[in-house]
Amino acid sequence: MKIVSKSKIKVDGPGLATGKQKFVDDFDMHGMLVGKILTSPHAHALIKKINTSKAEKLPGVHAVLCYKNVPRVPHTTAGQGFPEPSPYDTFMFDKKVRYVGDRVAAVAADSEEIAMKAISLIEVEYKVLPAILNAKDSIKKGAPIIHDEPDATMPIPVPFEPEKNIAAATDVQVGDIDKGFEKADLIVEREFKAHYATHCPMEPHITLAYPDENGRLVIVTSTQVPFHVRRIVAQTLKLPIKKIRVIKPRIGGGFGGKQEILLEDVCSALALKSNKPVKIRYTREEEFAKSRTRHEQYVNLKIGATKKGKLTSIFMDVLSNTGAYGSHALTVACNCGSKTLPLYPCDNVRFRATTVYTNLPVGGAYRGYGATQAAYALECLMDEIAYKLEIDPVKLRQMNHIKSGGSSPIFEKLGEGKAGVKQTIGSCGLAECITKGAKAIGWKTGGGCQVSGAKEKTHKRGKGMCTLMQGSSIPEIDMAAATIKMNEDGSFNLLVGATDLGTGSDTILAQIAAEVLGCDESDMIVLSSDTDITPFDVGAYASSTTYLSGAAVIKTAQKVREQIIKVAAEVCGGNPEKAVIENKVVKFPGGKKVSFYDIAIHTLYLKDQFQIAATESNISHKSPPPFAAHFVEVEVDTETGEVDLLKYVAAVDCGTEINPKLARGQTEGAVVNGIGYAMMEEYIFNEKGRLLTDNFFTYKIPSTRDLPEIKIIHVKSYEDSGPFGAKSVSEISINGALPAISNAIFNATGARLTEGPFTPERVLKAIKFATKPE
Amino acid sequence: MKIEFTLNHQKMSIEAPPELRLLDLLRDYCGLTGTKEGCGKGECGACSVIMNSKLVNSCLVPVCQIDDSEIVTIEGLEKNGELDVLQQAFINAGAVQCGFCIPGMIMAAKALLMQNPHPSEEEIKKGLSGNLCRCTGYAKIIEAVAGLAGNNNRL
Repeated sequence: MKIVSKSKIKVDGPGLATGKQKFVDDFDMHGMLVGKILTSPHAHALIKKINTSKAEKLPGVHAVLCYKNVPRVPHTTAGQGFPEPSPYDTFMFDKKVRYVGDRVAAVAADSEEIAMKAISLIEVEYKVLPAILNAKDSIKKGAPIIHDEPDATMPIPVPFEPEKNIAAATDVQVGDIDKGFEKADLIVEREFKAHYATHCPMEPHITLAYPDENGRLVIVTSTQVPFHVRRIVAQTLKLPIKKIRVIKPRIGGGFGGKQEILLEDVCSALALKSNKPVKIRYTREEEFAKSRTRHEQYVNLKIGATKKGKLTSIFMDVLSNTGAYGSHALTVACNCGSKTLPLYPCDNVRFRATTVYTNLPVGGAYRGYGATQAAYALECLMDEIAYKLEIDPVKLRQMNHIKSGGSSPIFEKLGEGKAGVKQTIGSCGLAECITKGAKAIGWKTGGGCQVSGAKEKTHKRGKGMCTLMQGSSIPEIDMAAATIKMNEDGSFNLLVGATDLGTGSDTILAQIAAEVLGCDESDMIVLSSDTDITPFDVGAYASSTTYLSGAAVIKTAQKVREQIIKVAAEVCGGNPEKAVIENKVVKFPGGKKVSFYDIAIHTLYLKDQFQIAATESNISHKSPPPFAAHFVEVEVDTETGEVDLLKYVAAVDCGTEINPKLARGQTEGAVVNGIGYAMMEEYIFNEKGRLLTDNFFTYKIPSTRDLPEIKIIHVKSYEDSGPFGAKSVSEISINGALPAISNAIFNATGARLTEGPFTPERVLKAIKFATKPE
Repeated sequence: MKIEFTLNHQKMSIEAPPELRLLDLLRDYCGLTGTKEGCGKGECGACSVIMNSKLVNSCLVPVCQIDDSEIVTIEGLEKNGELDVLQQAFINAGAVQCGFCIPGMIMAAKALLMQNPHPSEEEIKKGLSGNLCRCTGYAKIIEAVAGLAGNNNRL
């Protein structure tokens, strides 16, 4: 391969490094207004009265919206396949507010100052209701009902019981877990709490909406899902889809947080009401409190094993907190099972999940998407089994993990809100990930590996590990398409709905197309995404772009290649079956050849003219998991509880790396994000449900000074179903830090951390608990 | 008030309210949108620019403070259409993912190398610690700067 598997520079790299590429905030329009949103100071309340007249009369204010003057359309903000597997429980504005930060009203004004003044002039009288600030309280008898509106519905036939504060639920079983536990020599059971967290893209959510010269609505927005934005804005504003155009410029990171219709509906409504361009930009504080979060989850896990370490039964029971609205409520919970349990094939498995409403910030899609939360429980409990059976934790994984050619009934039983799709594992480099990772961390076999060398007598060193899987796209649900057309100079436009949000997908898709077409990636002019121009793609989520959109690009490029060769054969009389393309020249046996330039000129100007172009689509019938093994060495100060990460090793099998540098960048970023989640990132609420950690000073994310030594190992494998053998890479490596570090702390101190982040306070408490006399 | 300063090696004279943030002056008055706003509170470093050879968060600097000063932004690094070696190093190393933090990050690296042409890895980490990036995990950013620190005759 000439272009694929090469670390080509990012097609948008120079523009980004010079500050020339445009993000939404860099678009300015004549007469553009500033939009601001008034939000609830109460966790749960009814709006008794709202008076916007003073705000409306303020000079410079062009539009004021509240529940009284917008359509009431139940919908979900989750940008997912349609009909969505998330409840329609959200309204642009409602008479009820369900968390501190819920929308109450919005204004558009000439300046930010006037908009803020107008917001302060809106008079709201609330009837404060009792609030639920803990997921476990929401299912208690007599708990306040958060969604008592009659028009909330679930668009697909799955459990939805708002009268019990249940946003979603699922319960599947293979085999018989009771019988499985009877066969076990050892049963371990524990509850883990995966805490709230948020994405923190460096660019907060931002949207610019304006009515264009043809009376259509144009939305320039920081999104991972342009086509879902178009559909959901059409739904909420009761507009035909043909009246809406969504443009995605450069995006400043998303990590799932922008798989959400968060500002687009209200910004569009303000633009239509004022008949002017309106921009709404979340402040960092709003981004923390009012965007989306990782679903906080309590994962109760029970595993049975034989003395020899064979798993006989697994019961995973998840209580997921979706906050005030059920965005991704069902699917994140389902992924807890579907993206972890197949890792260890077992005859008897039950997976149950209940997602509940609380009066807290709203859950959503966040890199890892349920797998992060469940892997914490599963990998820590596997560690406990290993210690109790005196089997090396590495060996226990080696004995039990799924291998190439293997399968799990969970794939078929548990999908995204419905049954899943049966699949057999194609490529699996996990065994190599484990051995290479173990070597890199200096793992010593023999049931635990406490290490010496700590700086102080009161310090203890230990090592921990975990294994991981994820998926690559949502099988038989996700769809991607690409268009390629040839230009006169033999270059090509590559139009993709796939949404580069900083991941580098424009670059790897250009590499894939160039490889098929026999040209350089610089000959591909990539555009992603504009709903008026690019073909449909569900968007950048579910680890799908490389695998799903990449394969769509291959199909499209192959069609274009066929057209090119056919024309070349006609022009010079060669045999199309024998043609090869090298460096933009079609060559035939005997020395006949035609350049792309000549082919383009021929087809556009000379004879039987036509546009060389194709559009092809792709769906997948499987979701091949990437695999990973993470290892970490820690030093714990047993007097203060401080944990020092000494070394972190992430060995990953993502199939072929289309662009090794970009693929490793994904792993490096995910690992550090995972470390931040495990060690420092935390939502702390006051007793009224207000988020106290709503800035980078209190919600710490890793900086360059918080990094351990990190080693990334990419293990080679070839996934036959993927484009040039590729699987996904972006999500998997965020899942490792929480369990691997917890396991290392256990190895060092004997203390089991069942809740993150692993702050000195929590670690010290766990050490004291572990060492107290029975 | 009338503010006179040097912006990217050019003398400027701009009428602006004294409390206006330097960030807004750059973006809204000068049309230089390469400098980004990530938090508006000096916590993320996305708006970093160089002022009198020192790194500042432009969201924290009121323009009344920049009179007579020399400001360099990401747009001021290219010379005669050629990228600055730092920009090229970031691109080559794969240090750019979404790129939103990158202008600020490059300015931070520039300020660091101006003060310390041969920083150790620890010094690089310290020098960039005020600039947050959520995409890269910093490895390739540090690599890009370290690559120049060893051989930065062209700076």
